[in-house]
Parts: sequence; structure tokens; C-alpha cells
Amino acid sequence: MLRKLFNFHGGVKPATHKEESTLSPIAPVPLPDRLVIPLHQSVGGHPRPLVQPGDRVFKGQRIGAADGSLSSAVHASTSGLVRDVVPAVMPHTSGLTTLSVIIEPDGDDRWGELERVNFRSTPPDELRDFLRDAGIVGLGGAVFPSHLKLKPGKEGALQTLVINGAECEPFITCDDMLMRERAGDMLKGIIAMRHMLQAREVLIGIEDNKPQAIAAVQAAIAASGETGIEAVAIPTRYPAGGAKQLIRVLTGIEVPHGRRSTDFGVQCFNVGTAYSIFEALERGRPLISRIVTVAGNVDAPRNYEVLIGTPMDHVVRLAGARAGTDRYIMGGPMMGARMPAFDVPVVKATNCILVGSPALFPPPPPEMPCIRCGECAKACPADLAPFEMYWHSRAKNFGKAQEYHLFDCIECGCCSFVCPSHIPLVDYFRFSKSEIWAREREKEAADTARDRFEFKNFRQEREKQEKAEKLAAKAAATREKVGADGSAAGAAAASSGTAPAKPSGDDAKRALIEAAMEKARQQKAQVQPKNTDAATPAVQAEIAAIEARRQVSATHPTDAPPDRPPSSGA
Amino acid sequence: MLTAILIMTGIALVLGAVLGFASIKFKVEGDPLVDQIDAILPQTQCGQCGFPGCRPYATAIAGGEAEINQCPPGGEEGIRKLADLLGREFKPLSEEHGVEKPKAVAVIDEETCIGCTLCIQACPVDAIVGAAKQMHTIIAADCTGCELCLAPCPVDCISMEPIAETVDTWKWRYPVFTIKQAA
Ligand code: SF4
Ligand code: SF4
Ligand code: SF4
Ligand code: SF4
Repeated sequence: MLRKLFNFHGGVKPATHKEESTLSPIAPVPLPDRLVIPLHQSVGGHPRPLVQPGDRVFKGQRIGAADGSLSSAVHASTSGLVRDVVPAVMPHTSGLTTLSVIIEPDGDDRWGELERVNFRSTPPDELRDFLRDAGIVGLGGAVFPSHLKLKPGKEGALQTLVINGAECEPFITCDDMLMRERAGDMLKGIIAMRHMLQAREVLIGIEDNKPQAIAAVQAAIAASGETGIEAVAIPTRYPAGGAKQLIRVLTGIEVPHGRRSTDFGVQCFNVGTAYSIFEALERGRPLISRIVTVAGNVDAPRNYEVLIGTPMDHVVRLAGARAGTDRYIMGGPMMGARMPAFDVPVVKATNCILVGSPALFPPPPPEMPCIRCGECAKACPADLAPFEMYWHSRAKNFGKAQEYHLFDCIECGCCSFVCPSHIPLVDYFRFSKSEIWAREREKEAADTARDRFEFKNFRQEREKQEKAEKLAAKAAATREKVGADGSAAGAAAASSGTAPAKPSGDDAKRALIEAAMEKARQQKAQVQPKNTDAATPAVQAEIAAIEARRQVSATHPTDAPPDRPPSSGA
Repeated sequence: MLTAILIMTGIALVLGAVLGFASIKFKVEGDPLVDQIDAILPQTQCGQCGFPGCRPYATAIAGGEAEINQCPPGGEEGIRKLADLLGREFKPLSEEHGVEKPKAVAVIDEETCIGCTLCIQACPVDAIVGAAKQMHTIIAADCTGCELCLAPCPVDCISMEPIAETVDTWKWRYPVFTIKQAA
């Protein structure tokens, strides 16, 4: 049966460069001297370190605990010694550091105890916690914690589970090789996901330039005997692997600006994520390695199964880096990010290490003015107007850029790719987005500060007022009392006929002071040790003895030094 | 001729009445000026402008009693925004009020603190917690970096630490390209 497919707006067809890296099977990588495992590898909170320098760890041991619900755990990728827990340069364009666990492998590659779960008999909440603690995140590049997406919406069941095997970006072939070699296991992961989501149908979208992968997945589906799962060949056009684009192609659903696909009964996962879910559930293995394509300026482009934390240059060396290499790009040529160094670690988001050279990726020609040809808008798969957003981003007019739905831009690079004026449009959009985020953070901080400042002023006013009221009340009370006493005294004096009829101001003040002193004296007299009522006779005797000693030392301070009991018996 | 003039006058009167009515009925309740100025000020509440907080300074600007270039934490960008809002000339930051500094938060050396509570009273946003004779500490998320707690501390145990850039706060740079001279 031929399924009716739909079209998404825009898109481009860059040269794919995929054949070179699919000639040989996925290869293992020898253990490096040192693994640098960043604790923050997924969208969300920064996991807390669970190990200290000097600890021995097993392969698969949890070294970072998820921080809250929007976060995911991190594990040791091999057995060895924790050398350090320090900030290390992370694979990010900024070149900033992040807290990382540095492990020196012991060479045994020994697994710790592995815990499996049966997804059919485990309650969904427990399953989600299990996946969070197994560090499962989306491996398509967005690294969003998967357990949060494995919830079947409000209705309790999902219409369509879309599995993303499109892999549209040039050079990258890790998903292709995974489907060719491990389709059966991947399918078991998909079945588990389908169970968690209660999805009615499953569509696995694969671009039609991967016939072997399509055949392998179809064979696996046939062998499993499952119904309602279909591998669909979709036309090759970049970016068919974008979540919204793939959903559009397979189901015809157009997810509008600012809405999520779950609202329409669709959820999308990457094939690599499905495989790692299988590994976690049925083998008990957390996410400690992934398939990485090494391509570009190397002798033998190939896919490798790489432990998380392996330095990139260690992997590239296996493929044979050619002369002229001047940069590594994590990801593909369209959406990838330039790495700040050659030895940054492979992380969960690393689908490809693209080795660059000036010959392979020549510097872009100089930027020319926008001629408003509209090519970018025609190519934009998110149906935006890139030239408008560019205009306002360039002028730092961020509010206007946002009005043109800047935040719907998926940074796919189609617009920059087609622009005849060679304008690096995506760079402008990234700049705008981060400026807007920064402003929002600043505004939030300013608003909190304003509220707190106003509250402090209010609090001080209130305290002042309360104090004044209290004082006034007290003064009034005393005055009344003294007035009563004074009038009594005055009356007495008047009857004897010697003293003046009215107490003078001085007398009243003196009376006040005396009253206060008398009160203090009474209070002092009233101070009694507490908690002695219920004491046993023995304790009471002890208290009495101590009291006696205290009296003695109070009367003869020099006779009885505190370290020696008074020699009452002597 | 006369009818034409009458008709035109009639139309003008009717339209005028409609406009007048509309301007009363649909009057936009605009932000008072002080609020708009206060929204631009950084809310550090440091008093460097010479007023006890950002809002008093905003009131003074609105009343024409203060210049727009007296707020060091707001910096050049803040002055530009104020100039835009008020339609005044941009001026560089007035030197007598201070210099623009990178953002920082106060940190108490908890070993040295004697718990005198003086810093709590100085903090304009209640970002310091502690009690008499107890160690004090600063809630970094609420600290505005105003430096007001530094001076009162009798044992000088509060210091300012610049906020380090993290991946969450890192910003993409404005795209710049070297322009080669044509041969
Ligand atoms: S493709 Fe380039 S030149 Fe054409 S409208 Fe878009 S930004 Fe302008
Ligand atoms: S980068 Fe953004 S604006 Fe450009 S084509 Fe892609 S989605 Fe559209
Ligand atoms: S100088 Fe300080 S108190 Fe004055 S407006 Fe600026 S931040 Fe607010
Ligand atoms: S002023 Fe200094 S010593 Fe006093 S409580 Fe604050 S930090 Fe501690």
C-alpha cells in the first residue's frame, strides 16, 4: 500500500556526501587515556556530581544525578579512576567550561550491576524515572530528556508516534548505519515507546536515499509480527528531518506557530533514542555511548561507536585526519557548531564530527546588501520571512524581529544557503535570540529587585509604625497607672492637708522610674530554673548539691576554685 | 455654492464631534512617565545616582530635577533608552556618579563574619539572611550588586565577585566580517 505523503514549505537540496561514510560497518573505538564527561549534557538542570576525585567507578555507574524533573542523569562510560571533578572546556562554540568528571580508564571496561525492567509490567511513572536515571535523551541533536516526552497527552493515548530516521543533513550517516545494523533492537525500543505512549500507529520516516536502511527496518517489522508499525520512504529534501517538517510529511498535520505536536496527537523521536531505550530497558545499560559519523577532511570517513567523554581528536585520528585540518564542526555543515578545540569530548548531542579545512569549506564570500529577492522566504521550511527578521536583527530592533516569529526559526540554514547576497542570516538570528533571552533575564531580575525593594521599604515603615504604636500604648498604660496611684496619693495628701493637691511632673517621672525598677526587681526574683518539677529525687539531690556549691563559691570566690569541689567534708 | 459650504461645514462638525467623542471614550490609560522611566532603570537600588533608589531617581528625572546620565549600573545603554524616551540629547555617563562595571554579586566570608546584622539593614532588597551573632550569607539570585553592604561591615568580610559567564548566559556575537580592500 502506498501511503499518501504531504509536502512541507520550502527546503533545499544540498549535495549529500553520505556514501563515503557508509561503505564500512560501525567500528569500535579503542579506550582513550582519559574521558572527560560533562555533567550537563541535556536540556534542563545541571546534574549534581555523585563521585569525588579518587573514587573507583564501574562502567555504567551513575556519576551525575538528574537535577529536578527537567534533567537527565550522566554515567561513567568505562570502569576506572575518577581523577578529578573540575570545569573543563565543553563542545560548544563559546569555548566555555562546564563541570566535568575526568576518568582514567583502567582498561577492564567492567560493567557494574545491571538492572533491567519489563516495560509491560512496570507502571509508567516508574518507567519514566528509570529512563531519566538511565540518562536517555533525544539523540537527534536537541538532547531533550526523553522521559518527559513519553507521556500520552490528556486523552491517555496518542494517535501517531513518529520515529525520525530521515537524517537529512549532509555528511551525517549515524542513523542510517544504526538502522542497517541494529534495526531489530531499535524496533524493540520503538515497541516499548509505543506501549508507554499507547500510540495507535507508528510511522518510521526515512529519506529515500537510504534504501538499505528502509529494507532493514521493513524486514525487522515483518519479523516481529507487530501491526500498525510502518517504515515510510519520504522524498529527500533538507530539512525533512526537522520534527515539524517530518510530522507534516507523514501525517499532513501542520503544527502552527507556538503550538506543540502533542496537542495534535503526534510525538516524534529519533531512531538513536529508540535504540538507547532498548539498551536501557532490556540490557539495563544506561546511555554511555553513541554512534558518531566522522566525515569531511579525513582519509576514511566512517561511523564509530564512541564512549561519551572520548576526546574528538582521538576518534578523528582513527579515520585519518588529512593535512589542512583547521576546525572540527559538531553536527553537519548546515546546522553544526564550530568547536573551540580539537580535544573537546564527544557528548550525547554529538551525531557527527565534521572535519573541516579551508579547501573543503572556503570562507564565505563577503556579505552584500539584501536585494529583497525573497529567495530566503521561499526556502524557509518554517514559513517565515527571513529577510524581515534579518533587517530588524541587524538594526538590533529585537521586538520587531520577534513580531516576525523569530522564535519559530529552527536555524536550519536554508535561507543562508540560498541567499544570493551571501548573508549569514542564521548568525543574525542566533545573535538576536540570545540578546532577547538576555534581556528577558535582565528584566526579570530588575522586576524582582523592584518588588523586593518596595517590600523592604514597606516592611521598614510597618515596623516603625508598630514600634511607635507599641510604645504609645505602653506609655499610656503606665501613665494611667501612675495617674491612679498619684491621685490616690494626692487624695491622701489632700486629706492630711500638707502636700500639694496634684503630683508635680517630677513626682510622676520618679514614680515611673521606681515602678520600672520595682518591676525589674520582681522579674529578677521570679527567675527560676525550669524543668525541675518532674526531676527524679536523685536529680533533685544533685541540683541541691550544685546549688550549695554555687552559694559557697559565691561567698568565698577564692577559696573554691571551680575545678575542685569545696571540701565540705574536710 | 452656499449649499456646498454648508454641507462641508456640516460634515466637519459631525466628524469633529465623532473624533472628540472617540478621544474621550477610547482614551488610552498610558503609563505615567515615572513608571516608564523606572522600567528602564536597572533596579540595582544602589543610590549612586544621588537618590535613595531607582524610583526616587525616576521621579526626579520626570520632574526635571535630575540629569539622565547619573545611573552607572544602567550604563550607556540605559542613558540611550532614557534619551529616546524623553526626547533628550544623549550624554556620556557623569563621572562624579561612578563608572560602569561588569555585573557582580556580594559574597560574605562566612569564617570571618561576626553576625552584627549591619549588612542586613543596609541591603536594599533583603538579599542577606542571618540573625544576631549568627553567620550571615547572601542569596546570590536576589543580590543586585549595589555594594551598599560593603561599607557597614565592621570586619570587612564582604567582597564583590563578578558573575561568570555560563553557557546559559552566553550570547552569540553580532556577525562581523573583515572587509577586504578591492585590489
Ligand atoms: S535571499 Fe538574501 S538577498 Fe534575497 S531577500 Fe533573502 S536575505 Fe535578501
Ligand atoms: S534558518 Fe530559520 S529563517 Fe532560515 S530558513 Fe531555516 S527556519 Fe527559516
Ligand atoms: S544609580 Fe543605582 S539607585 Fe540610581 S537609578 Fe541607577 S541603579 Fe537605581
Ligand atoms: S556586616 Fe559583616 S560581620 Fe556584620 S553580619 Fe554582615 S557580614 Fe557579618
